[in-house]
Amino acid sequence: MLRNSRLSLHIPEPPARPGDRPDFRHLDLRPAGETRRPEPETPAHEMRDMPYALVRVLDEDGQAQGPWARGLPPETLRKGLEAMLLTRAFDDRIFRIHRQGKTSFFMRSTGEEALAVAPSLVLEPGDMCFPTYRNVGFLMARDYPLLDLVNQIFSNARDPLKGRQMPVLYSARDYGFYSVSGNLGSRVGHAVGWAMASAWSGDDRIALAYIGEGTTAEGAVHEALTFASVYHAPAILAISNNQWAISSFQGVAGGEETTFAARALAYGLPGLRVDGNDFLAVHAAVSWAAERARSNLGATLIEFVTLRIAGHSTSDDPTRYRPDDEARAFPLGDPVERLKGHMIALGIWTPEDHEALVAACEERIRAAVKQGESIGTLGVTKPPVGTMFEDVFKTPDWRQIRQRREVEG
Amino acid sequence: MATMNMIQAINSALDVMLDRDPKALIFGEDVGYFGGVFRATDGLAAKYGAKRCFDAPISEGGIIATAIGMGAYGLRPVVEIQFADYILPAYDQLVSEAARLRYRSAGDFWAPITVRTPYGGGIFGGQTHSSSPEAIFTHVTGLKTVIPSTPHDAKGLLIAAIEEDDPVIFLEPKRIYQGPFDGHPERPATPWSQHPASDVPEGYYAIPLGTANVVRAGRAVTVLAYGTMVHVALAAAAETGIDAEVIDLRSLVPLDIDTVTASVRKTGRCVIVHEASRFGGYGAELSALVQEECFYHLQAPIERVTGWDTPYPHAFEWDYFPGPARVGKALKRCVEAET
Ligand SMILES: Cc1ncc(C[n+]2csc(CCOP(=O)(O)OP(=O)(O)O)c2C)c(N)n1
Repeated sequence: MLRNSRLSLHIPEPPARPGDRPDFRHLDLRPAGETRRPEPETPAHEMRDMPYALVRVLDEDGQAQGPWARGLPPETLRKGLEAMLLTRAFDDRIFRIHRQGKTSFFMRSTGEEALAVAPSLVLEPGDMCFPTYRNVGFLMARDYPLLDLVNQIFSNARDPLKGRQMPVLYSARDYGFYSVSGNLGSRVGHAVGWAMASAWSGDDRIALAYIGEGTTAEGAVHEALTFASVYHAPAILAISNNQWAISSFQGVAGGEETTFAARALAYGLPGLRVDGNDFLAVHAAVSWAAERARSNLGATLIEFVTLRIAGHSTSDDPTRYRPDDEARAFPLGDPVERLKGHMIALGIWTPEDHEALVAACEERIRAAVKQGESIGTLGVTKPPVGTMFEDVFKTPDWRQIRQRREVEG
Repeated sequence: MATMNMIQAINSALDVMLDRDPKALIFGEDVGYFGGVFRATDGLAAKYGAKRCFDAPISEGGIIATAIGMGAYGLRPVVEIQFADYILPAYDQLVSEAARLRYRSAGDFWAPITVRTPYGGGIFGGQTHSSSPEAIFTHVTGLKTVIPSTPHDAKGLLIAAIEEDDPVIFLEPKRIYQGPFDGHPERPATPWSQHPASDVPEGYYAIPLGTANVVRAGRAVTVLAYGTMVHVALAAAAETGIDAEVIDLRSLVPLDIDTVTASVRKTGRCVIVHEASRFGGYGAELSALVQEECFYHLQAPIERVTGWDTPYPHAFEWDYFPGPARVGKALKRCVEAET
């Protein structure tokens, strides 16, 4: 009886377009504290409900609720808040600098700061993060020199990446931050391989890889999940479901029929769906997955539910494809405001403290940008031109040697 | 006739083909409602409905694989890969499947797909938004590879590509989407409207694949170029005052070998320019062909002017890009060489 005489092709459409009222009903939220917390050593097949639930800790009043509330020390909260504010100040400043033509391109992570900052505080020095272009918060939480970020953005004479990469495609090995590339999804397998190598070597290091929900469609991601599952790789795969992949809503990546966390089930991995704007929930979920990984229990897939507040990049105009007031309507709020509210509720923070910290972060960014500008904005200074022939190989072959000579004249 | 830039001409070709062929359809990342990150499909979803022009998941392998399946069914998919740099996850589908389906099934199945993708540098895209991968396609028997250099050619060639029953890689030089570029980034940009090839018929026309275009007749030396480099070659000829015959190949596979050899036999000299890196590039094939077909007419060694054998570096965009100064030097060397 189900058989139709004629088929028709389903083409996903987002719930709201420009001019419509933002609509987030599909998110299937639940109150903070409601979702259970299985012990980290629980077998994956006993946690098959988790990818459909939502790990949340902070409630509307800034109180920590439920089993995922782990009572973080005030220093951790302060550090997290500071790194998020620094990230935001950096994003805003560089975005404006780009408008002035001082660099070629930029991408902001506004609204997604918690999911980069909290895991950075969970991971240990020997661990490795395999980031995307939207994870600069990870470096901010580790006190990466702001000037180095700015120099990379300007591709100037002191750019740590020698002018080779577009802005934001950082690399910082000493900070546990793997080389970012524009290619989507191609480093998830590296994270799994890195984690396999740690296990193979009898070490205790773990890997954390980030991708956007749009990127879950890449074949490379599924290949990596298979290896993670087969070899019990000590890895955490984090999906930032910020609802949009440039102009494509999350349904185009397959989010209409199930959750992204539930991708884990087919691989026999635990999957957690987490409020990505809740610093405490992000911290707790990654700590849980890290504990599992370090106990030789293998990989975890985590979906962070969040919202890309800004445009995709400086090349993008989101008013063409989505309602412009989504940020205000987003039911999970703003990660900075929520952590601030929690700290005030705890009595360890005041609005005055907050204002002072915001000002201090903005000042630090302003000073770093000024210093970077004095070294040179894009095109004003560069590393020596001959260096473009270095690092193609460890030792250049005759082609790079001859071509370098030609360029250096 | 209408005045169009290259994006508008491509959009017009797609529009014409969606209108003419009910089995033609478009998909790719961000091509639907939004109209593509370079706006090439702007308005098509609204005009023809989402069924004819829709967004695809971020999966280049998936996009090409499903296009092949649709093509085998009898549809005529035209897919967009957002940047040529990101076509590589689909390389297996192109090489092992699209290029060989007809051959291995003895004509039982085939893949009438067109893969449009912006390529090339000059927009500060660094190593992941600048590459020129034509040679990895031209090396694959069973794929056709086409590169326009003007709005007029872009439309006519794209229509021909879509009508092809074999897979075509249609590489769009994104540096010249908005205007011809002579390789002088320090000069103000010229819009297409100031160039005669922005006169584009509004309706249907096809430029057969495999026909090169002599864009400047000359006697001193033959320059073989395609895409952005056609304009750079013309600038180099003008700046050096050398009477170069500049040939825009337009289609790399099939190659218009007759136009190439007739010109080199006439001039006795040949300079090949492309933006892609040098070693094993398409220029190497051209050089070998010219040597094989025209050896006894050659009065000078064949020259190649190309990108360097490094990835495309962000800060050194204009040191990497083979601009008119480098092309001009090669022209001089070539015309002054004596055998
Ligand atoms: C392999 C590959 N395909 C396409 C692109 C072009 N592209 C850059 S970002 C992007 C959207 C990514 O969306 P998502 O994974 O959801 O991450 P978000 O940008 O939302 O953080 C696309 C399609 C690319 N960089 N790499």
